[in-house]
Amino acid sequence: MNTDSLTAKPRKKLDRATVIAIGVIFAIYALAFVLEQVIPSTSMLFTVLKKGATYALVAVSMNLLNGFTGLFSLGQAGFMLIGAYTYAVFTIPVAQRMSVYQYYNGGVIQFTLPVLVAIALAGVFAALFAFLIGLPVLRLKSDYLAIATLGFAEIIRAIFQWDKLGVVTNGSNLLRLFPTFNDFNIKDASGNVTLHLSTLIPFLIAGVCILFIVMLINSSYGRAFKAIRDDETAAEAMGINLPRHKMIAFCTSSFFAGVGGAMLAMYQNSVQAKYFTTSMTYEILLIVVIGGIGSVTGSCISSFLFVACSEWWLRFLDQEQTINGWQVPLLRNGFRLVVFSLIIMAVVLFFRKGIMGTRELPDLFRRRKPSGKGGAKA
Amino acid sequence: MLSTVLPYLLSGISVGGQYALIAIGYTMVYGILRLINFAHGDVFMVAGILMVYITASGAPLYVSIPLVLVTTALIGFAIERVAYKPLRSAPRMSIMISAIGVSYTLQNLVLYITGGLNQFYPSIPFISDTVTIGTTSTRMVTIVTPILTLLLVIALVMLINHTKIGMAMRAVSKDFETSRLMGIKINSVISVTFVIGSFLAAVGSILYFTNYSTVIQTSGSMPGLKAFVAAVFGGIGSVPGAVVGAFIIGICENLIKGLDTILVKAGISTKMFGFTTFSDAFTFALLIIILIVKPTGLFGEKQTDKV
Repeated sequence: MNTDSLTAKPRKKLDRATVIAIGVIFAIYALAFVLEQVIPSTSMLFTVLKKGATYALVAVSMNLLNGFTGLFSLGQAGFMLIGAYTYAVFTIPVAQRMSVYQYYNGGVIQFTLPVLVAIALAGVFAALFAFLIGLPVLRLKSDYLAIATLGFAEIIRAIFQWDKLGVVTNGSNLLRLFPTFNDFNIKDASGNVTLHLSTLIPFLIAGVCILFIVMLINSSYGRAFKAIRDDETAAEAMGINLPRHKMIAFCTSSFFAGVGGAMLAMYQNSVQAKYFTTSMTYEILLIVVIGGIGSVTGSCISSFLFVACSEWWLRFLDQEQTINGWQVPLLRNGFRLVVFSLIIMAVVLFFRKGIMGTRELPDLFRRRKPSGKGGAKA
Repeated sequence: MLSTVLPYLLSGISVGGQYALIAIGYTMVYGILRLINFAHGDVFMVAGILMVYITASGAPLYVSIPLVLVTTALIGFAIERVAYKPLRSAPRMSIMISAIGVSYTLQNLVLYITGGLNQFYPSIPFISDTVTIGTTSTRMVTIVTPILTLLLVIALVMLINHTKIGMAMRAVSKDFETSRLMGIKINSVISVTFVIGSFLAAVGSILYFTNYSTVIQTSGSMPGLKAFVAAVFGGIGSVPGAVVGAFIIGICENLIKGLDTILVKAGISTKMFGFTTFSDAFTFALLIIILIVKPTGLFGEKQTDKV
């Protein structure tokens, strides 16, 4: 895939594999839309799809940094927190602010922004913080960078819980009553849903953002990122401005982590700083690893798999079960997570390339026969 | 003034000693493998859980404490063999990810076993007793911790500087490949490092949880991260550096926790600022400052101290 982008002529015609890939993505979107109209909206499927789309965006944004630029950053949860709070703070209806900010006399912000503006602002704030953090931190190398970004995520979490900022952030209390994914459903006068859009919208938001990241990766910037990943010294010798490109990658990644945070807020219906911990970052990192470090498609597929396994498919492991009077051993609350972590360890130890390695969706249709399963790109 | 500061200072020294015992594990592993062992904090937590369960089974203290120490050391050894050894030739990022995976696994395993409930740590006679220093009453563990920590560190430094395995450790941390060529058994050196690190973490966990009295699957992550910061602060790879760093961080953290009270009582300010929220964040701010100003840490350049 890189070979043809290196020899790119202007206005190159799309090859067959890319066309099929685009077709598959459209088919997935159409399927998501149709399913939503047909299946009752209480189905677990939609929980998985919504959360999966959110995580896909965050995982791809992390992959841009860790997989394509070779910067091992562990600050993702911090940027998601900024995004989630920005979105929530600016979209809670003015009428509801009194009940949300009950300990802070309604808070200081007494206006509401449109949802899409607030989502964009969530990204902008996250990117702004990333810029400030990046100035000192991006000079550090590999594991020092990881631990410094992790530290920043913790500091951000502490700041957002600080009582003195409560008039904006509501301290350590919940932020709630802001528009969620369900508010995208089109309702008639009596409140019945006429058109379900609560799954399609997160797919669209994530899809547009991921498309942007893919375009960035395939641009000259993306090639510079990969050069930095492969060999910093050589990249610098070739005339790549290291600090500038690292900063671009860091800010872009954080921007989309912020948007992802806003989407997570919409998915969860409420936001509280104490949930954006290091383990959230670890979870996203593990998604990236399972999908394949350096594959956007891989991150997307593994996000959906990860969410589906943890929320849905492996749920039965948490319930005690009896088959023909025989009590199945080990099954009880928490067993799902044990099985899950063992699977992850197996991937980390034995399938280091993850699901996709560094391949992308069109590559599946290129070399051999298509393997049948496409996988969502959003 | 002193009577206001003293309780915070005392608990700072005590926590600092406990961080120091964890930090040594980080710094030794980093010195040899160049790996941030993210699972180390969870090994520390597992030691706490083991103590709860072994005591609950009715074992007396003179059995349970050695058993906890030995089992934790074995767990550290097993983690290295299963999760890090197969990746020795892989890129460093893979090993770090594996460490994160181990941390995730240990937490989930403990969540499964305990059902996610707070486990009450058994009280250990003598170190749980209350003593009074000046006007402050505190637990014996506050006094025992720094003394025990210093004794263990002296013993460890002796081991590193005056025994054959210690010499091998120093050689491996200087140059991995050359020491292999010189006939040093790399794998056994690494195993010993992990055993020592986990053993000290277990000692730390007995002291730490006696103070905090409950254990849950996430209890290890914060102390673990802070101990890591202490190791970086003191200059990663250096044992004395880790200890000094841990004491500084423990003391600063507790002083910040009490800063509001201290300022009010000293008459400097009249209202509470809520600085307590920042006691964790402070540690990381310190980390970032030290990484930017002096990335090698306080004792980073003293090669002779490297493990």
